[in-house]
Amino acid sequence: MATGEAVVQIAPNPAIALKRGAEALAGAEEPEEPIMIEYRIHGRGGQGSVAAAYLLAAAAFEAGFTCQAFPAFGAERRGAPVMAFVRIDEKPITLRSQVRSPDFMIVQDDTLLLDPNLTAGLNPEGAMLVNSRKPASEFKKSKTRVIAFPATELAVEVIGRPIPNTALLAAFLALTEHVPQKALAAALKGRFAGPVLEKNLELIAKAADTVEKGAWKEKAHA
Amino acid sequence: MREALEGSQAIARAISLCKPDVVAAYPITPQTHIVENLSKLVADGNLHTEFVSVESEFSAASVVLGAAAAGARAYTASASQGILLMSEVMYNISGMRIPLVMTIANRAVGAPLNIWNDQSDTMAVRDAGWIQLHCISNQEAVDTTIQAFRLAQETELPVAVNMDGFVLTHTMEVIDVPAQAEVDKYLPPFEFSRKLDPANPVSMGTLVDPNWFSEVRHSHHAAMVKALPKIEEIDKAFAKVFGRASGGLLTVEGDKKAKVAILAMGSVVGTMMAGQDEFKDEVGSARIVKLRAFRPFPAKALRDALKGVEKLVVIDRAISPGLGGVLGTEVSAVLSTMDNGPKVYNYALGLGGRDIQASMYKDLLKAIENPKAPRFAIFDADLKKLPPEDR
Repeated sequence: MATGEAVVQIAPNPAIALKRGAEALAGAEEPEEPIMIEYRIHGRGGQGSVAAAYLLAAAAFEAGFTCQAFPAFGAERRGAPVMAFVRIDEKPITLRSQVRSPDFMIVQDDTLLLDPNLTAGLNPEGAMLVNSRKPASEFKKSKTRVIAFPATELAVEVIGRPIPNTALLAAFLALTEHVPQKALAAALKGRFAGPVLEKNLELIAKAADTVEKGAWKEKAHA
Repeated sequence: MREALEGSQAIARAISLCKPDVVAAYPITPQTHIVENLSKLVADGNLHTEFVSVESEFSAASVVLGAAAAGARAYTASASQGILLMSEVMYNISGMRIPLVMTIANRAVGAPLNIWNDQSDTMAVRDAGWIQLHCISNQEAVDTTIQAFRLAQETELPVAVNMDGFVLTHTMEVIDVPAQAEVDKYLPPFEFSRKLDPANPVSMGTLVDPNWFSEVRHSHHAAMVKALPKIEEIDKAFAKVFGRASGGLLTVEGDKKAKVAILAMGSVVGTMMAGQDEFKDEVGSARIVKLRAFRPFPAKALRDALKGVEKLVVIDRAISPGLGGVLGTEVSAVLSTMDNGPKVYNYALGLGGRDIQASMYKDLLKAIENPKAPRFAIFDADLKKLPPEDR
């Protein structure tokens, strides 16, 4: 459960700036209507894709945003493909549809990318983070930026279990800086306790250090 | 306090704030998380209630019936086939005018088996004599749940709070969970004037012969009609304490002067509002009528809301096979007494959980520009998937 206290004030918000483009980053324009950022998380049953979506939304809330996270439920079973969606905005979100054109994707299992339709609708100016030991070039099919990061291995090393979700989230937030790491830590504290929390906090700190900070802060020019 | 919560978790918290004496429920997707969270609140010592684990929805409804009749604040929740199994008891509850509250986590009814959201379950008990309210967000579901306990108590009628399964129950969003002190101020302790009393024994729901049955039904109908202003009054009283209302009987969103309107219940209203923001330059604005009270049906309020509207799309999340949409048919009936009422286009959408995108707003408004547009259709059905004889 989230605490309800906004732990960080963000201004200007890089996530929103990313959608508005470089001119907004320059800060010369009048403040525009805030624009929603949409995320899609893919994984397999047991990898914590739905938990990842809830954590991302909870972290966004901790950082002072409005948020929405929900799964695309099927007949749930271990190993079956799972999808979950997140929206982050500055104003209330009334839209309830599934995210068909995500700005960003997180893929927890690289074999899911064997399906060429998995990345359908992905914003060419956005980016995709893949949990894999393979190089990103293996998954790069368009101009959309892709980074691969072996999150399962890191999770096994730190928490002793092959659950990559929190490591991926930390790396993703380090890349995008949409929500500060502190907010993710706060979201984890709302969901876990004891050794599970401690190990996950250690894991997210390590994961965040493995990628280039702010690399996806700005909009790509596809 | 504002928190990021899953809808079901927030509902369990809202129930807890209303301090039920008895909770009885049988788990069914997508209602399960509500009951799980309630049971956790009880197990952790945070909710002091008699939590009765039952073996079926029939028993769940029977337990809350008996509990409320004995003077206890009682709550249950279900969905889909669970509602159908409860239906006999639902008629008993309302027929005996027992005040209690149920959440319906709306889901399709099988066969074929489908666990996803539409509103076929609540429509199947349309005539069971319960107050039926619909929510477009988890905030409204939380607020309406708290209101429902007061409404049940003041009307001596059972109240079903509908929230779309998965779309709301499994969505995490920012929800302002009211403080206990404020809920205590708003919701008085449970009282039931006709509660069972061993010192003054009565029978409830006994045989009523033809000499009295029509009068009993008239009285039930009259009580439901009288609940219309109560629903508004209780929502207004809520706004006074908590600073926000849930939409009374209905509200008009979007362009209040538009000659085209879209009417719907539940979460799809929010998607249509988002669709209007995105596509109004392309297809124009619409009056978006958010219908909150389905039973009792706010006929007059609806006619007032639709004055000057020429074309009305009624979105249905359930159908009556062989007739059309349930809500659309009812709206048409109510508008028949209106001079220059709108032409009604009744389109069923999102049956069995089919995703409804914001672009549906545009698709609907474009479709009714065609003079030959059908007056009823399962709008998003792809007939090419069917053999020719089924189209």
